[in-house]
Amino acid sequence: MMHSAFTRSIRLGVKSLLLHKLRSLLTTLGILFGVSSVIAMLAIGEGASEEAQEQIRRLGSQNVILRSVKPLEDKVSGPSYSANAYGLTWQDFERASETFPWVENSIPVKNIVQEVRFEDKVINPRILATTWEYQNVTGRIVHRGRFISQADDDLVSNVCVIGYEVSRLLFPGLESIGQKIKIGPEYFKVVGVILPRVPLSDDLPEVDTSVTSEILIPLTTGRRWFGDMTIKIRSGSREMEQVELNEIVLSARSPSHVSYIAAASREMLARNHKQNDYEIVVPLELLARAEETKRIFNIVLGCIACISLLVGGIGIMNVMLATVTERTREIGIRRALGARRYHIMLQFLVETVVLSVGGGILGILLGVSIPAFVEYFADMRTIVTFSAPILAFGISVSIGLVFGLYPAWQAANLDPVEALRHE
Amino acid sequence: MELIAELRDVSRVYQMGDVTVRALDRISVPFGTGEYWAIMGPSGSGKSTLLNVLGCIDRPTGGSYFVEECNTSDLDDDDLSRLRGASIGFIFQSFNLIPQLSVLENIMVPLLYQDGSASDGLARAEALAERVGLADRILHRPSELSGGQQQRVAIARALINNPKIILADEATGNLDSQTASEILDIFSELNSEGKTILLVTHEESIGEQAQRVLCLKDGKVDLID
Ligand SMILES: Nc1ncnc2c1ncn2[C@@H]1O[C@H](COP(=O)(O)OP(=O)(O)O)[C@@H](O)[C@H]1O
Ligand SMILES: [Mg+2]
Repeated sequence: MMHSAFTRSIRLGVKSLLLHKLRSLLTTLGILFGVSSVIAMLAIGEGASEEAQEQIRRLGSQNVILRSVKPLEDKVSGPSYSANAYGLTWQDFERASETFPWVENSIPVKNIVQEVRFEDKVINPRILATTWEYQNVTGRIVHRGRFISQADDDLVSNVCVIGYEVSRLLFPGLESIGQKIKIGPEYFKVVGVILPRVPLSDDLPEVDTSVTSEILIPLTTGRRWFGDMTIKIRSGSREMEQVELNEIVLSARSPSHVSYIAAASREMLARNHKQNDYEIVVPLELLARAEETKRIFNIVLGCIACISLLVGGIGIMNVMLATVTERTREIGIRRALGARRYHIMLQFLVETVVLSVGGGILGILLGVSIPAFVEYFADMRTIVTFSAPILAFGISVSIGLVFGLYPAWQAANLDPVEALRHE
Repeated sequence: MELIAELRDVSRVYQMGDVTVRALDRISVPFGTGEYWAIMGPSGSGKSTLLNVLGCIDRPTGGSYFVEECNTSDLDDDDLSRLRGASIGFIFQSFNLIPQLSVLENIMVPLLYQDGSASDGLARAEALAERVGLADRILHRPSELSGGQQQRVAIARALINNPKIILADEATGNLDSQTASEILDIFSELNSEGKTILLVTHEESIGEQAQRVLCLKDGKVDLID
C-alpha cells in the first residue's frame, strides 16, 4: 500500500516534469555539472595522489636517499685540466654506514652511462652498479632468474639483472636468462629479470632515447670496467665528469629513525661538501607532504563542489517556486478534492527530488566518463572510488530535499479559495 | 427531518484595510439530508462565499457550521481536508480539471487523498465515466473535450468517493442551454438517488427545478422556501 502510494507520487512527479522537458533538463544542469565535477575531480585527485604515493613508496619509505647532483656550471671548482669532479664520495659512504646509528643497510649505487647491445639492437637504459642488498631496500621484484648475489660482487662477475622492458626489447620472444649482452665494451650474462617499473619522476628518461627500464650489475664489476669517469658528448664537445657514487641508499631500522638519519646525513654532507653537489631525498617526508597536498586538494574540491551544488540547488528552487505559482490553481483544485497540506507538500518535494536525482544520475554518468577520457587522452591515472557516486547520489537527494522544502511548503500553505481563484 | 449540514449565525467578513466586507452576514440555514437546494441571488450577494464555507475550503469568521452534527470549527486543516474528500463533491463553473491529466486520471484524483485507498478505484472511475457518457473518452485530455463533456468529467470526479453532498457553483454558467439542461438532469438523477445537492445559480428556471430555494442579498438571507 505504502509502496504503491510512493511509486505513484514519483510517477506523478516524473510526469509533470516531462511536461516541460527542456526546462527540467536545464534545471538539472546545475546539479549535473556539480555532481560530475565532484566525481571527476575526486577520481583525478585520487589517481594523482595514488601515483605520487606509489612513486614515493617505490623509493622505500624507510630509506634516506643521498644523491649526487651536478652543481651549476659556474660554481664548479677544481683545476680546469681535470674532469669536473663532484658528488658523493666513498668517504661519505663510509661515514654514513659506519658512524650513523639506526642504519640497517647502506647501499652505494653508481650510474653507468654506456650503450647496451644485443646482436643488432642498441639501447640506452639506466644502468646501476650496486650491491645485492639493493633489492632488499628498494623492493624490486624478481620476475625470473635471480638478483645480483653477494658472490657476484665478491667475484666481480660479469653478470646483470635486466628490467622486464629491457628484456622485451632485446630478446622479444626469447628466453633472456643466460643471454650475453654487451654493455660498453664488455659482455655480461643475464641472470635475472625484474618486473617492469615506470622510471621515477625525477630521473625520467629523455624522450629520444630508447630507455624503457634499467639494468643492474654488481658494484665491483661496474667499478672495474667503467671507473668513475663518464664522458658525455654534448653538442659536439666532449665533457668529462667524475662522480664516485651517484646514490647512497640508507635504510633505517624502523620508520621512526628515518628523520634522525636524514638529519645526520644533512649535517654530515653540509660539513664535507664545499659545493652544493648533492641532494637528500626522504620518501617518508615526501609521503607526508603528498598526504598534506591531498588533504588540501580535498578541501578545495569540497568547497568547489559545495558552491556548484549550492548554485544548482538554488536553480532548482527557483524553478520550483515558479512551478508552484504556475500551478496555483491545480493546488487549489487538489485541496478542494481532499488533498491535505502534506499531500501537496509531498507532491512538490517528490518533484524536486526527482529533478535533483535525475541531475545527479546524469552527473554520475558524466562524472564517471570524464576520468576515462582524461586517462585516455591525457595519459593520467584516475581512480573512481566506489564511494564517490554513492556520495554524489546522496548529495543530490539531499539537495532536492533541502531546496525543495521551501517551494513545497509554500504550495502547501496556499489558501484553497485563493488558489482556486488564481488566474 | 434529519439534517446533513447546518449554518448557525454564520458570518464571513473580509477586512480590506479600512473597509469591512460582510460577504456573509449572520446566516442560519438547516440543510436536510437528500434535499435539492438552489442558492440564488444577485452577483456579489455571497453565494460563492457561502458555498466555500459549506464545502469546507473556507472557514466562517463568526457563527458555526455543522456537518452531520460535527462542528467544523473544532476541526483542523487536515480534518477539514478529510471531510472534503470523503463527504463533499465539488463542481465548479470553470470545470477546474487538471489539464495534464487524462479524463480517467482526473476522475481518480480524489482517490489519491483517501486513507486506505480502494483497490476498485479504477473500476469505479470507469463506471462513472460510463455513467456520464464519456466511456469512449477516458484517455483524452480535458482540452480535447467540449465544455459539457468537461463538466461531466467534473461530475464523475465529484462522485468518485461517493459523497453525501454535492456542491455546484454556477455549474451550468459556462454552458449552452441544451448542455446545461443535460447537466441539470444528472443532478436531478443524483438527488433522486439520495444525494444532497446545493446548486448555486442565478437563473430562475433552474431554481424552479429545485425542491428548496435560498435567496441571498448582500450577504443576508433574503428568502428560504
Ligand atoms: N477574497 C475576498 N476578499 C475580499 N472580498 C471578497 C473576497 N471574496 C469575495 N469577496 C466579496 O464578498 C462578496 C460576495 O462575493 P461572492 O460570494 O463571490 O458573490 P457571488 O458568488 O454571489 O457573486 C462580494 O462583495 C465580494 O466582493
Ligand atoms: Mg460566485
